[in-house]
Amino acid sequence: MPRSVTIHFAVLSSLYFLLLSRFVNCNNGRRIGDSLDAELSGFSVPLEHSFEVDDVTNFRVRGALILKPGREQSVSLSQNQLSEEDRIKLKEVAAVDGLYKVRIPRVSLQADRMEHQMEGHLTAFVRACAMVESHLSDVLMLHTDVSGVLIAVSIVTIPGACRGTEVEDEVDLEVFNTTLTVMAPVSAPGPETAFFLERLEQETEKNRKNPQEQKSFFAKYWYLILGGAIFLMLSNSAQPPPGGAREQS
Amino acid sequence: MAKIILLFLKLLGVLYTAQAVFEDQVGKFDWKQQYVGSVRFAHFDNQIQSSKKVLVATEKNVFAAINTRTGELFWRHVDKAGPEGNIDALLLQGQDAVMVVGDGRILRSWEVNVGGLNWEMVLDSGSFQSASLVGHQEHVKYVAVLKKAAISLHYLSNGHQKWIENLPESDSVDYQSVYSEGKGEVFVLGLVPHSHITVVVYSIDDGEILKQFTVEAPWMSDLQSSCSVIGKGMLTCVDASSLSLNMLDLHAHSEMNQIPLQSIGLEASSSFRPVLVSSQPNAARPPLSEFFLQIGPDQHVLLQLNNGQILTLRDFKPAMLVSFATTGEKTVAAVMSPKNKTASSINLFSAETGRRLLDTTLIFTMDPNGGNPERLYVQAFLKKDDSVGYRVIVQTEDHQLTYIQQPGRVLWTREEALSDVVTMEMVDLPLTATQAELEGEFGKKADGLMSMVLKRLSSQLILLQAWVSHLWKLFYDARQPRSQVKNEVTIENLSRDEFNLQKMMVMVTASGKLFGIDSKTGTIVWKHYLDNVPSNAAFKLMVQRTTAHFPHPPQCTLLIKDKDTGLAMLHVFNPIYGKKSHVTPPLLPQPILQSMLLPLMDQDYAKVLLLVDNQYKVSAFPSTKNVLQQLQDVASSVFFFLIDADQGRLSGYRLRTDLSTELIWEVVIPAEVQKIVTVNGKKANEHVHSQGRVMGDRSVLYKYLNPNLLALVTESTDQHQERSFVGIILIDGVTGRIIHEAVQRKARGPVHIVHSENWVVYEYWSTKSRRVEFSVIELYEGMELYNSTVFSSLDRPHAPQVLQQSYIFPSAISAMDATLTEKGITSRHLLIGLPSGGILSLPKMFLDPRRPEIVSEQSREENLIPYAPELPIRTEWFINYNQSVSRVRGIYTAPSGLESTCLVVAYGLDIYQTRVYPSKQFDVLKDDYDYMLISSVLLALFFATMISKRLAEVKLLNRAWR
Repeated sequence: MPRSVTIHFAVLSSLYFLLLSRFVNCNNGRRIGDSLDAELSGFSVPLEHSFEVDDVTNFRVRGALILKPGREQSVSLSQNQLSEEDRIKLKEVAAVDGLYKVRIPRVSLQADRMEHQMEGHLTAFVRACAMVESHLSDVLMLHTDVSGVLIAVSIVTIPGACRGTEVEDEVDLEVFNTTLTVMAPVSAPGPETAFFLERLEQETEKNRKNPQEQKSFFAKYWYLILGGAIFLMLSNSAQPPPGGAREQS
Repeated sequence: MAKIILLFLKLLGVLYTAQAVFEDQVGKFDWKQQYVGSVRFAHFDNQIQSSKKVLVATEKNVFAAINTRTGELFWRHVDKAGPEGNIDALLLQGQDAVMVVGDGRILRSWEVNVGGLNWEMVLDSGSFQSASLVGHQEHVKYVAVLKKAAISLHYLSNGHQKWIENLPESDSVDYQSVYSEGKGEVFVLGLVPHSHITVVVYSIDDGEILKQFTVEAPWMSDLQSSCSVIGKGMLTCVDASSLSLNMLDLHAHSEMNQIPLQSIGLEASSSFRPVLVSSQPNAARPPLSEFFLQIGPDQHVLLQLNNGQILTLRDFKPAMLVSFATTGEKTVAAVMSPKNKTASSINLFSAETGRRLLDTTLIFTMDPNGGNPERLYVQAFLKKDDSVGYRVIVQTEDHQLTYIQQPGRVLWTREEALSDVVTMEMVDLPLTATQAELEGEFGKKADGLMSMVLKRLSSQLILLQAWVSHLWKLFYDARQPRSQVKNEVTIENLSRDEFNLQKMMVMVTASGKLFGIDSKTGTIVWKHYLDNVPSNAAFKLMVQRTTAHFPHPPQCTLLIKDKDTGLAMLHVFNPIYGKKSHVTPPLLPQPILQSMLLPLMDQDYAKVLLLVDNQYKVSAFPSTKNVLQQLQDVASSVFFFLIDADQGRLSGYRLRTDLSTELIWEVVIPAEVQKIVTVNGKKANEHVHSQGRVMGDRSVLYKYLNPNLLALVTESTDQHQERSFVGIILIDGVTGRIIHEAVQRKARGPVHIVHSENWVVYEYWSTKSRRVEFSVIELYEGMELYNSTVFSSLDRPHAPQVLQQSYIFPSAISAMDATLTEKGITSRHLLIGLPSGGILSLPKMFLDPRRPEIVSEQSREENLIPYAPELPIRTEWFINYNQSVSRVRGIYTAPSGLESTCLVVAYGLDIYQTRVYPSKQFDVLKDDYDYMLISSVLLALFFATMISKRLAEVKLLNRAWR
């Protein structure tokens, strides 16, 4: 029994998060030169990244986000491999604790407005060392507003910490292992009046069904009162007043 | 059944943690100060000689009577804020004060003795122009209200409308003033700018137009500011361009008669716009034929109109302010002229002759920390020998009222700037001189064993001496009745008390005047007026150095920013004494975008203030070598964010070692859909005692305590009640990662928000249900902590669990904050300022998203209150009992030295200070604690042990002998 609440709670919260993340699509990268045409049925926007030793920003294409029009907003990602040169550079940047930044253009995920690009980009960053130490496994999250326009992108790596472990194998830094999630705003709950009223009604119903509950004070506690009265009487009779004794004699 | 009763009892125990004030505690820990705001109209009640009342109507839409003996309020009426309650005119006639409110919407009459409402009339719509009392046959019976297109006459006795007439050609003529001299006629003066004046004469009896004529006046642009009626219906206007007086006899409609100022021997500079000051003591009679003409910033001339001729009675130079006053049949003119740098003198002159009246000099000493005099209100009265005596109220630029009597004694001052407090901080008081001596001993470098010992002995001696004198004072005070013990607060005896309950409140007001107020008594300890503050300034007050770093003085920095240009300046001062610091703040030539106080300190223990300008360059204050060195070391971990609410753009920057910045994240919330209203971080001085919450099954739910979390509130641009929404975005200020994004549909602002620990509470207006609702968001990491030693925004890959619940609140809200204590052990309460003037202390326990809908064994174990959609308002939760605080604008909370106690200041039109004990005074013995009993029991036990020990010994000895 004590467990059930926590489990219940955990289930609820996980459900909640499942509901939040409408669509998840993983793409384990592909060789350079692979045809992207198969997935180009939608509209694609570039995903760019930047990592430089001297902290300047220089965005290059990392892959493409493919937005598929339709009732369900769906986004998938196709990305290139990291080249030899980039791998070395990324490790260098990680060594000086530089930043790894990603950016996407501002677009709308809504089908009718998808082609319409807005000015500016959405940028996010993660420490380059975290990127290296996690072997390029990152989680990209796209946040939209109520009208389906992208408002933010966020990137975290799993694991997220920089422990200074050396990544020996170059192969680990070739392919991105990306989880992509689209998050729309949650509807905040209002006051739960309906449920509360229902519960109140149930309680009154229960009271009506159990007429015992509605008995008067005497009806409820007659046994206690009776018991008390008997006790009093007994104690009285056990100790007859001294005056009475004298009268009897 | 028994379970339910048990639960009920438990709940009762839980709910009644908030306590009310006992009757004898009223005013012991709290105080309230009432203000009225900057005065717009002031009239002395001259009806009775002995009257001691001045009636004021203010910019804050307050109508009040001030006691001239003490400066306190007799009564006060607070109208609606904003243009709806704006007081357009105040006319005083006998015991009645007639007021036009809300751009001519309402006409009210008040009885001035008790402040009761005589009557109130709703007027026809139309923008208000002017109002005037109208006399008829030596009696003032009516009030005339002039509007854009109509004039109406009302009875003074009951407010009923006698007549209303439309004004002729009101779409082309701008009617601006109304005048009557008690002869059965009302003159309405209108103007077509740069063309002509229109005069319409109405009959008082039936509103019939008796006369109507126009006079050419091609130079005139505004009637009210340049014209005045002098003597028997002579309209006198001053023309700034040709420097001449233009006169028009309203009775004999002739042409305007131009009299150049030079012809009456006056020299005026063309750069100054001359101003006329006239006086009409009685509405049933014509105005005085004497008037003042101001022809320079500090030059006034008293002129007289005599048979169409203008005579110069007296030339006052220099004279800053002039004013007429009438008592009985005598009218005098008061003139204020500068005496020296720090004082001005006021003198009375006979209005008819311009002669100076003997023994009427009054010296007004100007406060070096105040503003220049702005207006003069004179209360004249007849002395027993029939000479004229007077007292004055001087209003200065900093909204201060000073009431002075001859020869310069200040009877009282009112700091009306305090009606508009913008921001405040509470600063610990410094140590006393003896404590400082002790501290100083440790601060100094060691110089030999012997001298150290001597120094220690001497400081101990000083302490002993202080203690003895303190005991003596206690003994002395105890013998006197309580009322006679005076506790005057001055700068000298300000010192920290045992539990740090007394603090210095540093208040910044919109007028640019700063105040230091003792939190225990409410006494103003210091004030300082900054005269170069722009009218639309935004203020940010920061404590750079607290009092903890003796011998360095505490230091506060006020950032004053012009909202339009973004240009800012810094004012650095000592918060205890109010003195400007000798530290010169940097000049800021560029507009400032963001400021932040770093936890870094320079070698003098001043925290480093970083300012970001519009070139994204960062400057530090103080910017010593030491600071720059430290900044370089930590630069890679200094992040800041900028918010452009107009474009909905949020951007994050990282500091580089050369103090330039690097853009690292960008979030754009489209401004077409929703606009950012507020951004709320957490308080820097907040402590969270427990990392998690123990659940019913003894497991722990850990809180998500991100110090960099920002709560962003947006409101939809679409105001339609079905489509409007309020958005809440929780975003990490370092990484720009959106932690949670929620929309409250069918909701509208204004949104009040409190962000603390792991929760956000916000309040909004539900358009669907037409009520105020509260919502609470709590963030939890889950059953285990990711990294329990340190929190880093850069390394928290997992999103927190978000719980949310909403409630109905049965009242509107004007301000909200949460209690704050030293260590964060005490349970939290929300302090909610209501429009009714109450301040409600609502336990945070009621706003807990884990309140269960169905009660279970575990929720009972956790002391969770079962969910109920409506939040209760209990009368015992009002921390200010009957001390209503008008128009609460903000609530400030500060921890005290006692964990149980939180200091609260609510400010708005009034200021209210009190202490709250959210978990009762668990660390304080009660007032009525029986020390006698406990000590006698202890003593008795002690002796009993002694005796029984002795007895036991004797017994043992005896046994050994046996």
